[in-house]
Amino acid sequence: MFDFNSHMVLLIAAAAVVTFLTRVGGYILIVKMTRIPPRVEAALNAVPAAVLTTLVAPAFFIGGWDIKVAMLAALLVGLRYPSTYMLVAGWIVVMAWRHSIGA
Amino acid sequence: MSRAEFLEGLKGGIPVGLAAAPFGALFGALARDQGMSLGELTLMSGTVYAGASQMVGIDLFGHNVQAWLIVLSILAVNFRHVLYSAAIARYVRHFSAVEKFFTFFLLVDPQFAETIKRHESGKPVTFAWYIGFAAVIYIPWVVISLIGGLLGSFIGDPKAIGLDVLLPVYFLGIVMGFRTRDNFLPVVAVSAVASAIAHRYVGSPWHVSIGALAGVALAAMLPPVKANRKPDIAHESHEV
Repeated sequence: MFDFNSHMVLLIAAAAVVTFLTRVGGYILIVKMTRIPPRVEAALNAVPAAVLTTLVAPAFFIGGWDIKVAMLAALLVGLRYPSTYMLVAGWIVVMAWRHSIGA
Repeated sequence: MSRAEFLEGLKGGIPVGLAAAPFGALFGALARDQGMSLGELTLMSGTVYAGASQMVGIDLFGHNVQAWLIVLSILAVNFRHVLYSAAIARYVRHFSAVEKFFTFFLLVDPQFAETIKRHESGKPVTFAWYIGFAAVIYIPWVVISLIGGLLGSFIGDPKAIGLDVLLPVYFLGIVMGFRTRDNFLPVVAVSAVASAIAHRYVGSPWHVSIGALAGVALAAMLPPVKANRKPDIAHESHEV
């Protein structure tokens, strides 16, 4: 159960190294720039929404109606309430849908 | 280290730690299911510490994909962190080298979002606050992936208990947190369409990089918004 396979450990180490490099890479690049042009600034400001959208949109399109309706319900809840409520709303809708209509 | 700021960070991180817990458990269960040992999956949570890419990783381990392709896929999923570390550079420039090491090692999506929010609300982004916020997410993440691995066989089908909807809704919540930003709707629309098309025709995990680049490129091309501008990177650039 707690054994380590050397191939797997190397793979995990490589994954950890590339992940750390992505997390420090932007800092190293940016401190070398003497001023940040407005367009680069606009691009940086768009990063979080642009990236996280890519983790949401395919799930919505691939998902069945249970997932689509649950995500829409969470979206509506999220217009007024914090994201914890969105999780609860999405979960309730998906479970209700699966128990009444089926997946 | 300011104790008050550390505690404020801890308190702020609790909801994120709680929201991440089901995914940690799910990761542990799925990793065990794909043949990783408890030691290996705990090591992965502790060293990689990136939920979505850990999920991509174990998915590919299970399909006997070549090692270099797995590492490249993890790089593609995590590529957004390059932009995160660039965006928070101005807040952490005064940290020591050791502090920076931990700051960047722990730079996950909610940590990035909260760091930006804290700066925008006018509070100082100190290392004490940052490490407090990170600790209450990181430590449970590692422990709960181990527990998820132990309980893996009892969870069974994640769909039966509705776990599968939580990850996209969780990311949706983070996206909506940015909805007051310049060009939010066009960026989200373009990224959504580009990632959905890329997911269909290029495949996962490339839809992450392709979709993100489309949205970021659009933001760079759109005319800069002048009104209601908060002091931002360009404002402080003379210090560099």
